[in-house]
Amino acid sequence: MAIVLAKRLAALLVTLLVASLAVFIVMEVLPGDPAAVMLGVNAREDTLAALRSQLGLDQPAWVRYGRWVTGLLTGDLGRSYTYDVPVATLIADRLSISLPLALGGMALSAVIAVPLGVIAAARRNRAADLGVSIFAQLGLAVPNFWFAILLVLLFSVMLGWLPAGGFAGWEAGPVAAVRSLLMPVLALALPQAAILTRVTRSSVLEVLGEDYLRTARAKGLSRRAALWRHALANALIPVVTIMGMQFSFLLAGTVIIENVFYLPGLGRLLFQAIAQRDLIVVRDVVVLLAGAVVLVNFLVDMLYVFLDPRLRRESANV
Amino acid sequence: MSEDFRDFGRRARANPKFLLGGGIVLLFLGAAVLSLFWTPYPINRVDIEIRLQGFSFSHPFGTDQYGRDVLSLLIAGARNSVAVAVVAVAIGFGLGVPLGALAAARRGWIDEVVMRLSDVTFAFPVILSAVMITALLGPGAVNSIIAIGIFNIPVFARVTRGAALQVWTRDFVLAARTSGRGALAITRQHIFPNITGLIVVQMTIQFALAILAEAGLSYLGLGTQPPQPSWGKMLNEAQTLLFLAPHLAVLPGLAIALTVLGLNLFGDGLRDLLDPKLRGQEMLA
Repeated sequence: MAIVLAKRLAALLVTLLVASLAVFIVMEVLPGDPAAVMLGVNAREDTLAALRSQLGLDQPAWVRYGRWVTGLLTGDLGRSYTYDVPVATLIADRLSISLPLALGGMALSAVIAVPLGVIAAARRNRAADLGVSIFAQLGLAVPNFWFAILLVLLFSVMLGWLPAGGFAGWEAGPVAAVRSLLMPVLALALPQAAILTRVTRSSVLEVLGEDYLRTARAKGLSRRAALWRHALANALIPVVTIMGMQFSFLLAGTVIIENVFYLPGLGRLLFQAIAQRDLIVVRDVVVLLAGAVVLVNFLVDMLYVFLDPRLRRESANV
Repeated sequence: MSEDFRDFGRRARANPKFLLGGGIVLLFLGAAVLSLFWTPYPINRVDIEIRLQGFSFSHPFGTDQYGRDVLSLLIAGARNSVAVAVVAVAIGFGLGVPLGALAAARRGWIDEVVMRLSDVTFAFPVILSAVMITALLGPGAVNSIIAIGIFNIPVFARVTRGAALQVWTRDFVLAARTSGRGALAITRQHIFPNITGLIVVQMTIQFALAILAEAGLSYLGLGTQPPQPSWGKMLNEAQTLLFLAPHLAVLPGLAIALTVLGLNLFGDGLRDLLDPKLRGQEMLA
């Protein structure tokens, strides 16, 4: 077990290192002069020189990369060029919106998907199964930002129940904040729910054919109890795995949805930083989001190894 | 015509997903091709006098805020989606399939490197790659193609590797190896013919995802730029006009959803037809 853990951990570190190197190369080395990108074509030479020195661009690339990675590990992400505050503060501030949004989207998608998937599997090839299958197909096909616009059209424009965009802030009270996040969370959850529904359905179907379920039924357990207590518990392992694997899609969805609803989260910060050519912010946010994807995938991978003893042995032999 | 082909045709005609999805895909491709020669109105003809009109005989889907014909824009938008998706999937296919096949054939450190590189690429959802490219080069359709294409490479590499590894353990491959055939020859003669179906199905899935991604990037202003028509861009512009002309926010989204639905159904149907063993299993990108 320790060998498996060490191997996976080493792979994780290599992946993180290569990902950070990729971001560094793309953002700093390839284009030529980040100072010129940030200040635009009409910048004066002395201003450019001052910014280059402030950004440490007069240092060799490997020194800058070393400093940046050290900064990432110690929480010193540099200073935003446009906001004139530490990037770490900026990111922490924006996470107070992005994190509840992403977690809410994930939780809601599971709440929708697991019962639907179980029902579809239990009533295979019947009307309920067909209905769930149509829901899943539509959920996969509808772009989340369009679904978000339709929600605004219905709940804000036509019914006037919810704000069309913006964020009241947590200090305005939980009710106002939740009202601002309700539609974004729903829009984020739909495509995830569609995928998870399909996975839950096929996973439960697979488990339903297992011997231990027949035993459970033979022992006198009702069909319903066997399904929800025994089948679901075992079928959930792949569902949790897929939830982890879908994390990068969820993250991408959060970036888009924040822009649809003008929510001042990380995604919106990223776009404002591009518009203002604040490359330091772009670089830091991109690497943090990419790092989060790698980390979540690693955790899911490990969870899977812990949960499935067969994999533990296989991994040790690799 | 071979017996296999006839049998495929017979089963295809009895597969509603394949037929319905195929019909929608054909409609979408037809619109894209048609727009090269003809649209009901020139797509860039601005006429403020007739701006934001509803449905009418002369403009079946109304007009936008510049008085442009929405039906014409939708038809031309299909061309943009097809172009971006085809090139992006071709990049992923062209680089990913050989890499995956190589990893499966050689195993060892080559396999390890390919897999680690695909882990790194997976860490960057399309949107993050597009953000980085835009920060450097400015927005444009080429960004979408590069960003989606890069993301497609590890998808094809993993699918190809996984499927090829299974074929490598089969008896006929073992026989070919003992008879002294090289890895390249075995890959060409035995591996590829056995995994083509899976890769074709994966192509339809990636094609659908590419259309969704392109629309998302254009909606955010990172992808296709005006005056080039694109469904995502149309949705972005429509969002500010929700009170005045809600239909402008409904139609382009409907076009995206219908196209993606068609491709997904077609892919599902195709998978059932090509490999009955896979029926009912979920394919995820």
